[in-house]
Amino acid sequence: MEIKVLGPGCAKCKETEKLVREAVHEAGVTATVEKISDFQQIAGYGVFSTPAVVIDDEVKVVGKVPSKSDVLSWLKA
Amino acid sequence: MEPSGCKSCCAKETVDEGLGMGNGKLARYLLLLAPSLVVWWLVYGMLPGFSRLLTYQVFGVTQGSHLGDSLEFLFYDTPKVLMLLTLVVFGVGIIRTFFTPERTRKVLAGKRESAGNVMAALLGIVTPFCSCSAVPLFIGFVTAGVPMGVTFSFLISAPMVNEIALVLLYGLLGWKVAALYLGTGLFVAILAGWVLGKLNLEPYVEDWVMKIRTDPSVVPADEQTWADRIEAGLRAVKDIVGKVWIYVVVGIAVGAGIHGYVPEGFMASIMGKGAWWSVPAAVLVGIPMYSNAAGIVPVVEALLGKGAALGTVLAFMMSVIALSLPEMVILRKVLKPRLILVFAGVVGLGILLVGYLFNAVIA
Repeated sequence: MEIKVLGPGCAKCKETEKLVREAVHEAGVTATVEKISDFQQIAGYGVFSTPAVVIDDEVKVVGKVPSKSDVLSWLKA
Repeated sequence: MEPSGCKSCCAKETVDEGLGMGNGKLARYLLLLAPSLVVWWLVYGMLPGFSRLLTYQVFGVTQGSHLGDSLEFLFYDTPKVLMLLTLVVFGVGIIRTFFTPERTRKVLAGKRESAGNVMAALLGIVTPFCSCSAVPLFIGFVTAGVPMGVTFSFLISAPMVNEIALVLLYGLLGWKVAALYLGTGLFVAILAGWVLGKLNLEPYVEDWVMKIRTDPSVVPADEQTWADRIEAGLRAVKDIVGKVWIYVVVGIAVGAGIHGYVPEGFMASIMGKGAWWSVPAAVLVGIPMYSNAAGIVPVVEALLGKGAALGTVLAFMMSVIALSLPEMVILRKVLKPRLILVFAGVVGLGILLVGYLFNAVIA
């Protein structure tokens, strides 16, 4: 599972990354978590507000920090 | 990926589902909210009496003394502003769940200037906007066919006309000043955006931006029940008020000190109407400063209270919030330096205009 957290580095983006890493740990799935701060790359995903989370090239949430339960449900799917 | 035609029927299904399944949760929320609002209202009404009681009976301070004035102000305004802030942030948090940047983007795509500028400025108030999103948002709007001037109107109004500033202005200075800030903020956003649009600055956007081609329906549709929306409002209160309350308290404390101790008319010489250069100076001083609204409003209040002219102070506040050096540094990723300078110049001039206008009009 390839997880990408998109965001330039403001507090909300860092919070999202932290949350995702915690959720991955809790769910016990094998996944790589990558933080993408480059705007060109972020735009490449069709994402226009941050923070955003992309799992296996599917955009899951855009523009807000997801709840941990949401993240866990994506990981288990 | 759903074709866009499906979106309306999907949303409808969720609402029906939400009413059925989430009914328990929603009912619980409403049962909690109704009495909370009543309690809020009652406590709010008791604040003036409470602050007087605390200052003069409990602390035994003499009425009419500097300390008495300051403390009464502090005990009244601190809970008052914090309560107002909580209520408004909650309400706006809920309103914001109805607006997303993606929806705004779709609404604004292809709109002509003028009408587009006005809509963009208005949408800037209600669309959730994090200043770190400024760049992705700019790219998103521009690639969706939103005219550049319209995009700028949004980017100016979003950070500047925010509910925190409005609540604080209302709480500390009354509804007239708050309404003025709202009106002139929108005016600057619309006018500056329109002017920037007319200047044909497309060549000064970084080349890679214009080359982006993406599938517009990539983002998941947003389905929310009312219980979700209320939760979003509560989360907004926890996030925003939780982050901002300390600035408010400190700001009011400073304001209270000035209120009680600094003589009237002290600021009149520097920021008063007579000094014509005070407006441009206020705008320039505001540029390198960046503060969130919570920090700047108490300062504004203190300045006004001591004789600074309203126009000058409004200009200062707008400059601090709207023209922030950090944001311009971020925008450098998508805008060439010339465009950034023109942007700052046009917005600065708009703010200047507002400043002078107010000093001239308000007797």
